[in-house]
Amino acid sequence: MARTNYITRYSHINGKAIYVDGASVFERTSSGTDFLVEAYKGLGINYPKFYKMDNLCKLAILTVEVMLKDRKLNEEYKPSDIAVIASCANSSLDTDLRYQASTADAASPSLFVYTLPNVMIGEICIRHGIKGENTCFVSSEFDAVFQTDYVNGLLANDNAEICLSGWADYLGGEMNAFFMLVEKNPTSLGEHNTETVKQLYDRQWKN
Amino acid sequence: MEELMKTLKGQIVEQLNLQQIQPEDIGDDQPLFVEGLGLDSIDALEMIVLLQQKYGIKLANPADGPTVFKTVRSMAEYITAHKVN
Repeated sequence: MARTNYITRYSHINGKAIYVDGASVFERTSSGTDFLVEAYKGLGINYPKFYKMDNLCKLAILTVEVMLKDRKLNEEYKPSDIAVIASCANSSLDTDLRYQASTADAASPSLFVYTLPNVMIGEICIRHGIKGENTCFVSSEFDAVFQTDYVNGLLANDNAEICLSGWADYLGGEMNAFFMLVEKNPTSLGEHNTETVKQLYDRQWKN
Repeated sequence: MEELMKTLKGQIVEQLNLQQIQPEDIGDDQPLFVEGLGLDSIDALEMIVLLQQKYGIKLANPADGPTVFKTVRSMAEYITAHKVN
């Protein structure tokens, strides 16, 4: 019999606000500023490396940051037992374009290092001391069926004890992100199955 | 030299996106890497780009990097000695 896994927390960012378990924790106060930097400051996060990241990494880091507030995963689990599975539609295109523009003058090394989408997973792992399985998928839209099956497979095969699973996509100021914490222990948020994941992902569009 | 160091501090903050630091917070003789500002290897590459973009100086020997980029003062001295007019 297949093991049941559970969503113990989830978060969204849609460019206007940030939500944890469906409840708003930060809302945009002005249209002229960089929303992600505004949120970073507004949430009182202290991680100076944030400023050096590209937009996709800022988005992913913030989404995970609010989700993991009050949790120290690398103290609760072996770092090698914590997996991160992420997906996106536009890959690192936002930064690829900036990097290409920089080559007209002097190619920027700090932009170049962000010209791969899986760097967002690396930044999450560095920030939270995670050393487990990780994979980044690119698909035209969030594929709840595929990602749910993939994460449940990781946990069922004991490749991981816990998984950060989600989506982060950024291009030209348009953004959306959704991350879940998937664990083996039952909680009130619901089972980690395709139906629940679709429902939670869709919530960002209703806010 | 004082004016150049002041300009350099602003350029370093801008080029390296050090939004949490004010240019005037950087000491003339404060180490820029590791125990000082905590800059990393990618920042070192950005500093090389900065020299090239702002002052037309190409660091001919990468091994000179640690000496040139040790402090704002060492950078200013190198620029003064090598600046293309």
